[in-house]
Amino acid sequence: MLLDALVETSEARGLTIVSNNIGEPGRGLGLLLRQGRIRRGVSSFFTSNPEAVEAVNAGTLEATLLPQGTFAEAIRAGGAGLGGFYTPVGAGTLLAEGKEERLLDGVPHVLERPINGDVALVYAARGDELGNLWYRKTARNFNPLMATAATLTIAEVGELVPAGGIEPESVHTPHLYVDLLVVRE
Amino acid sequence: MTDDPKPRIAARAAQELRPGEVVNLGIGIPNLIPAFLTPDSGVFVQTENGLLGVGPRPSEEELDPDLIDAAKLPVTALPGASYFDSAESFAMIRGGHVDVAVLGALQVSGAGDIANWAVPGRSVLGVGGAMDLVVGARRVIVAMTATTADGEPKVVPACTYPLTARAAADVVVTELAVFRLRDGALVLTELLEGATLEQVRAVTAASFAVALE
Repeated sequence: MLLDALVETSEARGLTIVSNNIGEPGRGLGLLLRQGRIRRGVSSFFTSNPEAVEAVNAGTLEATLLPQGTFAEAIRAGGAGLGGFYTPVGAGTLLAEGKEERLLDGVPHVLERPINGDVALVYAARGDELGNLWYRKTARNFNPLMATAATLTIAEVGELVPAGGIEPESVHTPHLYVDLLVVRE
Repeated sequence: MTDDPKPRIAARAAQELRPGEVVNLGIGIPNLIPAFLTPDSGVFVQTENGLLGVGPRPSEEELDPDLIDAAKLPVTALPGASYFDSAESFAMIRGGHVDVAVLGALQVSGAGDIANWAVPGRSVLGVGGAMDLVVGARRVIVAMTATTADGEPKVVPACTYPLTARAAADVVVTELAVFRLRDGALVLTELLEGATLEQVRAVTAASFAVALE
């Protein structure tokens, strides 16, 4: 797992993590959190990891909370070169505080800004040698979005196949988004 | 009532779903609904982590780590199911393509305002897809117990908890009653078996009209 490598062999710290949650206690991103290497999290669910909630309350983790659909769309917008988008979701709630709100066709909308990263770590069940990716079942979720929105995209694949090994119609992430491939052992 | 009210609420909420509808089920009581849907219900269940056509819980042999619902619980996929990424999933939801969202709530107001993601005085750190669902789904069914564990009414004149969205609820199902929002006002339309109007009044802080069907 790329995340395990980040935890075990990298010394990167002061990280901003964009992930739907900050893992679970002592698992995945939860390990990175325990190491004190996450400065800021952008998520829709910090509450799945009580240690993340503690860290926010203690002031050691800066939290940006977004509705999940806004979170997903902001990453998509980041990868798609957009300056932002207006969504009705969250208008008039705590999560709209400090954001531009505007009536569009009579409905209150909130301006949400794109999310981009320096590095994206994604996992796909299958990748070809060019970097085309195919995700399996619900393991697709945020992966195709993340792959588009970072300067450097590193894809871990469960199985590496030759170019053409994924039906062109079935490529979920075309290879131009992928910079590095790592094959899971 | 000494028995667990949750399956009873889920069973009644399931009856609100009509053949052909696409339905998203929230965590908690709503997630109990599939057990009350017959195979010929004609209801399509969407889960926001990227599956339309959620089937029953898998057997031991069917278990697949790449096939889970939004609560990270294992599921199966029915024939005709489709997988998609999270941006597309929420585009479906915000875009009004999901017919019904069934979700739990901490409070619902007499005007249909929903509060289901944050508690006053605690840091606000989890929202998930709740806001997207209440804004985007064409019909919103709240499935919740009538009171908190401490006995406080959850159907209230005005939400005191942070709002998820205003005037978003269409139906509220509790272990005692079914309420419908009509022209922005709360109407009691059904007493569940064994429940009395007095019982409902005792645990409902919001005012409501009565029009039993």
